[in-house]
Amino acid sequence: MAEVLVYVDHVDGAVRKPTLELLTLARRIGDPVAVHLGPNAEEAAKVLAEHGAVKVLAADAPEFAEYLVAPKVDALQAAYDAVSPAAVLLPSSAEGKEIGARLAVRIGSGIITDAVDLESGDEGPVATQSVFAASYTTKSRVSKGTPVITVKPNSAAPEAAPAAGTVEQLAVTVADSSKGTKVVSRTPRESTGRPELTEAAIVVSGGRGVNGAENFPVIEALADSLGAAVGASRAAVDAGWYPHTNQVGQTGKSVSPQLYIAAGISGAIQHRAGMQTSKTIVAINKDAEAPIFDLVDYGVVGDLFDVVPALTDEVKTRKG
Amino acid sequence: MSLRIVVCVKYVPDATGDRHFAEDLTVDRDDVDGLLSELDEYAVEQALQIKEAADDAEITVLTVGPEDANDALRKALSMGADKAVHVEDDDLHGTDALGTSLVLAKAIEKTGYDLVVCGMASTDGTMGVLPALLAERLNVPQVTQLSEVSVADGKVTGRRDGDTASEQLEAALPAVVSVTDQSGEARYPSFKGIMAAKKKPVESLDLDDLGIDADEVGLEGAWTKVEDAAERPARTAGTIVKDEGEGGKQLAEFLAGQKFI
Repeated sequence: MAEVLVYVDHVDGAVRKPTLELLTLARRIGDPVAVHLGPNAEEAAKVLAEHGAVKVLAADAPEFAEYLVAPKVDALQAAYDAVSPAAVLLPSSAEGKEIGARLAVRIGSGIITDAVDLESGDEGPVATQSVFAASYTTKSRVSKGTPVITVKPNSAAPEAAPAAGTVEQLAVTVADSSKGTKVVSRTPRESTGRPELTEAAIVVSGGRGVNGAENFPVIEALADSLGAAVGASRAAVDAGWYPHTNQVGQTGKSVSPQLYIAAGISGAIQHRAGMQTSKTIVAINKDAEAPIFDLVDYGVVGDLFDVVPALTDEVKTRKG
Repeated sequence: MSLRIVVCVKYVPDATGDRHFAEDLTVDRDDVDGLLSELDEYAVEQALQIKEAADDAEITVLTVGPEDANDALRKALSMGADKAVHVEDDDLHGTDALGTSLVLAKAIEKTGYDLVVCGMASTDGTMGVLPALLAERLNVPQVTQLSEVSVADGKVTGRRDGDTASEQLEAALPAVVSVTDQSGEARYPSFKGIMAAKKKPVESLDLDDLGIDADEVGLEGAWTKVEDAAERPARTAGTIVKDEGEGGKQLAEFLAGQKFI
């Protein structure tokens, strides 16, 4: 069977969930070969093998951390040259897309981003995408070269499929031209202890109706009772009530959780673009005419400051 | 020596309109009004601020697109860009991201540049790969997804806010930069700016001018192929209740029924 390269997204060897989803999708089109760049490949390999990686190509070089993106492209290209894969899959993060794009130019291939599903086709893998604020579903394929495809988080449920996952060292030469953008400093984001927004199974978002940064703990409390991530609409972010990294929408993050709860969000097109593919949508809003109610599976017309705390209490009681 | 800034902008269908695909599965541009992509306004704004901080700088705004795309250039010129380049050619219809990056790279090289500024993504395709594609094609550093950017002493510096870390980046010019919607609100064109824009030069280029063969671009030359586009079925109407004191409980009941609790 053809081999499929899977770029591993990890934090110091702790593999992030979207990579396990990629391995699951990769098995539909071939044998997954994981590419692990950075430290602790042995540790990562255990998890990667459990999810179907037949091989783990590993390389660690200080340049991966010292410079932006380009040295990792050199490494992925080395893996590509070593394997001659049927496709290259990466997570649809900012970095995943940029690495994929540069690799595509180098190998003369097309690139598809933000796939939400992937299947094998007669002329290569076919990617499903959700476009125009999720008003259309398209199916596309790469027609020139080896398909480079980035996949959105939550596009597949990770499945265990034990494979060898043998670690092989990948020889990488970082080109001088790849050392153009220096990372002068890096400040890790303080962990909130909550799930990552794009990866979370449940997202609770607050909007204009939250009416101030001091009220966001009401949203956070509901999120914590459900083990959810916290999102915010652009209005809430622009008002400075919540960090931009939590913004859900066209110019923020696009999320596709099992459950999306919008509190005090009217549902402008900007916001809908980022959450419309959520499996189940719930909204709480004072305004019965708010466009968000057109999307919901369940909506409550009411004051979020009454409904959300009552819901939080009820969730806590039911969870015991 | 003058700092030559090229800002890449895109003319996109208005996201608040009803966007559709045409029969050939390209974006139906006749169906919805177009405008300068909102995320590119941030790029124009940052270019203007870089120019204002420099001794001597000139901003060229560049677009690839049909005749109407001229509107996007005019908007950028009325904000304060100095001149414009419009790459327009019937053979460009259906060009994908790889092809567009090829055309832009050739046009940027022809125009001459020290700094290329892009928005983080277009508001129609939303791929967000173009700045990286350009950096690769031009073989210059990419300093992308910046929420803060400045240029001094032949270097560009900026802050990239990622999911797990915030990074301070630095690269020598020439370089490709992209800025996010957090980089600073874009200015509105003044009446004076709108009047002045009418007199600013817009250079028109076609594929011949850039030495690009028609079969490298367009729908036929695209590296990707859309095989099917289906309108998403409207959601079936959900249950909507009015909170009369029991809204939270009712909602909990629904969530429990769906096994979320």
